[in-house]
Amino acid sequence: MAIHPPEKRIWWNEPLERSEVTWITIAFIWGLVMFFTMVFWHFTGEQNLSNEAYRIHPETFAERTEAMADQYTVREEGDTGIPVVHPPPGSDVYMLARLWEWWPILELEEGKDYRLHLSSMDWQHGFSLQPENINIQVHPGYELVLTLTPEGVGEYWVVCNEFCGIGHHQMVGKIYVVEAK
Amino acid sequence: MASIADTGTLPRAAEFRTCPDTGLKIDLAAEKLIRWNAVVAVVFLAIGGFFGLLVALTRWPAVHLLPAEWFYLALTAHGADVLLFWVIFFEIAILYFASAVLLNSRLAAPRIAWLGFWLMLAGALLANVAVLQGESSVMFTSYVPMQAAPHFYLGLILFAVGALVAVAVFFGTLVIAKDEGTYEGSVPLVTFGAIAAAVIAVFTITSGAIILIPTFFWSVGIISHIDPVMYKVVWWGMGHSSQQINVSAHVAVWYAIAAMVLGAKPLSEKVSRFAFLMYILFLQIAAAHHLLVEPGISSEWKIFNTSYALYLAVLGSLIHGLSVPGAIEAAQRRRGFTKGVFEWLRKAPWGNPAFSGMFLSLVMFGFLGGISGVVLGSEQINLILHNTMYVPGHFHGTVVAGTTLAFMAITYLVVPLIFRREIMFKKVAQWQPYVFGLGVAGISLFMMGAGTLGVSRRHWDITFSDAPVAFDYPGTAFLMMGLNGVFGVLAALGGLMYIVVVVWSVFFGERRTEEKARSEPLLPQDGAAAVATYGSEGTLKLPGTITLVAVFFVAFVLYYFVNWKFLSEVWPLS
Amino acid sequence: MTDTGQDTRASDQPAERVPFMQRLLDNPFLLLFLGVAVPAVLYLMWGIMEVAQIPIAP
Ligand code: HEM
Ligand SMILES: [Cu+2]
Ligand SMILES: [Cu+2]
Repeated sequence: MAIHPPEKRIWWNEPLERSEVTWITIAFIWGLVMFFTMVFWHFTGEQNLSNEAYRIHPETFAERTEAMADQYTVREEGDTGIPVVHPPPGSDVYMLARLWEWWPILELEEGKDYRLHLSSMDWQHGFSLQPENINIQVHPGYELVLTLTPEGVGEYWVVCNEFCGIGHHQMVGKIYVVEAK
Repeated sequence: MASIADTGTLPRAAEFRTCPDTGLKIDLAAEKLIRWNAVVAVVFLAIGGFFGLLVALTRWPAVHLLPAEWFYLALTAHGADVLLFWVIFFEIAILYFASAVLLNSRLAAPRIAWLGFWLMLAGALLANVAVLQGESSVMFTSYVPMQAAPHFYLGLILFAVGALVAVAVFFGTLVIAKDEGTYEGSVPLVTFGAIAAAVIAVFTITSGAIILIPTFFWSVGIISHIDPVMYKVVWWGMGHSSQQINVSAHVAVWYAIAAMVLGAKPLSEKVSRFAFLMYILFLQIAAAHHLLVEPGISSEWKIFNTSYALYLAVLGSLIHGLSVPGAIEAAQRRRGFTKGVFEWLRKAPWGNPAFSGMFLSLVMFGFLGGISGVVLGSEQINLILHNTMYVPGHFHGTVVAGTTLAFMAITYLVVPLIFRREIMFKKVAQWQPYVFGLGVAGISLFMMGAGTLGVSRRHWDITFSDAPVAFDYPGTAFLMMGLNGVFGVLAALGGLMYIVVVVWSVFFGERRTEEKARSEPLLPQDGAAAVATYGSEGTLKLPGTITLVAVFFVAFVLYYFVNWKFLSEVWPLS
Repeated sequence: MTDTGQDTRASDQPAERVPFMQRLLDNPFLLLFLGVAVPAVLYLMWGIMEVAQIPIAP
């Protein structure tokens, strides 16, 4: 029994039953398949998170974000006072996270590439793009740069899905996707 | 009786009794420690489970029980009390059982073991006080730079030090048992599983110390900055590895229950121990799956570590997934249940909560927790699931349906064997694994469903009623969260049944005297020789187990690729 | 080794060599060393180096 020592002093030389060997082989190969699926996706898949990242002071990141907003703001979102920014396709776009908002609101053109910069001013936040359901962790002091290609004209929301204090559940940002000009 | 060792050190003159059910020699000091660790574990399960119910009721949109502040407090308490305190206290009891009791040995240094116990208890209480005072609602992960009160970290540190002391006592007991020759040959498989758990515990606790001690100094102002990404890397070296202690421990418990209830023997010592070796070497590195969408860490590190080194540790689990039910099937067939493919399973002792709990734990851990864990831990798929409700959905499949249910199941043996009390309210006990199992299956599935639809974890208000920018999740997501609430109530009921039965039996139960043990034996008397003696080659054919494993494998493969399909449909990013 | 399923208790033949893998599995402290060293190197050290190497923003 499993609660008693093995009956044989030497058990390592036990022969194995065929079905057991078969299962171990299948399971091992399946492991390799899963491993190489991840590798393979880096070459053929379209959804791979960029590993381009930098250490950055929150103030520096905020300055760059504000500079972008100053240049490309097209309107304000309702009566919230949050600017809606429409930067040119292919450019560097910034979204910063702070207690408890995503700033600013972006307006992007469908099918165009953007270099999106994400960072936090204070605590950790979670960039959760809905209803696409793309989720990326955002840290203070680190800037993540990824290339993003919006698909499908419409409204998208950025929910915060890393707990960031008592206002966590009020932290919602927005991305508009419009037809390419 | 006294046992005198010739090791040169001054051995303690331990007092033993002989267990009338198993014939094992039980050190009374070890027995007392097992009892107290188990009792305290159950108390924390009761507290933590209560907070879990409050959390589930708050996340049920139609009920929305607690205000926001209380919700985040309750969620922090829930995570810490069940994941750390319930599970680890119980594991310490298992370690003492698997070393001293199963090896017929005296426990090394019971006084030091008590020191460990008191440190753990003090730490757990201190952390609870900190959380209940309201200044430490940081979730049990306590990601920096959000800061808890200093005594929150201090509590966790004390708890970890106490656990490390207990693990040291475990290793010491292994040495004593070997020196004093209390067993022959290799340790039993269950003890081997406990060794795997203890090894992982050492890495876990060391990582915890490396990160929590500086964090404590930071909280009192001695250190000015803790890097948030670095914190996460090291913290998960503890946070994730501790889940792997659970896996090793509950797999050991599966083998133990199969052996004690059915006389099942491992099909092959070699294969099962090899599977545990894969755990020891590779389970812990999968902590990386918590960091798949963090900035700046290379994909090489992410893929290699999140895959448990080419999925070798998953291979270990897949092996146990065959050998545990296989051992049961072999034992049952030997007993004469040989008709068709599944007679052995139909005629299994489903009315014995130790067995039913164990089998439900095995099945649900595999189907709910295991498959979803591998999917969630795939580097790119994590993008569409990270920090959604899918994550708690997954780990309620592992640590609740798997570990907690397995620990509940073995309690039904521990109470008569170690507490020497009869299980009271037998009918309630019989139903308990089913009620709890159904409830947990529900919360696991519906949380995963909600997560697939994007619902955030750790989130008080999915209607975003006070948010300046309005947003609502889809209607189905609300339905999922409602169903999660309903099944959460069921799970809580199952938990309550467990606690009532255990507490009543332990404190007011009928004593199980030696005469009683002899007239109503707990363990099967029809012999342990359920499997041929040498290796799995000598076993009977196991068509039932092979069928179960085949169904599992097909489900696994299909579900895995379906999620890659989902991933391929979201916005391209690189 | 030629020993197959015959019912000979191996412990009756003390001369029989214990295979390397079994000696490894029978030694908890060797397992402890491996179980700490492997993740310490592959996960912790490599991971910390990764984070430490993140460059400063241009
Ligand atoms: C009565 C049974 C239980 C119910 C109804 C329940 C329900 C829940 C719910 C609804 C969440 C919240 C998810 C969120 O908002 O993010 C949660 C979180 C969690 N549960 Fe449970 N749970 C139960 C038992 C357990 C047990 C026994 C364990 C561990 C052994 C456990 C471990 C956790 C952990 C670690 C979290 C995450 C906390 C965090 O995000 O910080 N639960 N549970
Ligand atoms: Cu946030
Ligand atoms: Cu948040």
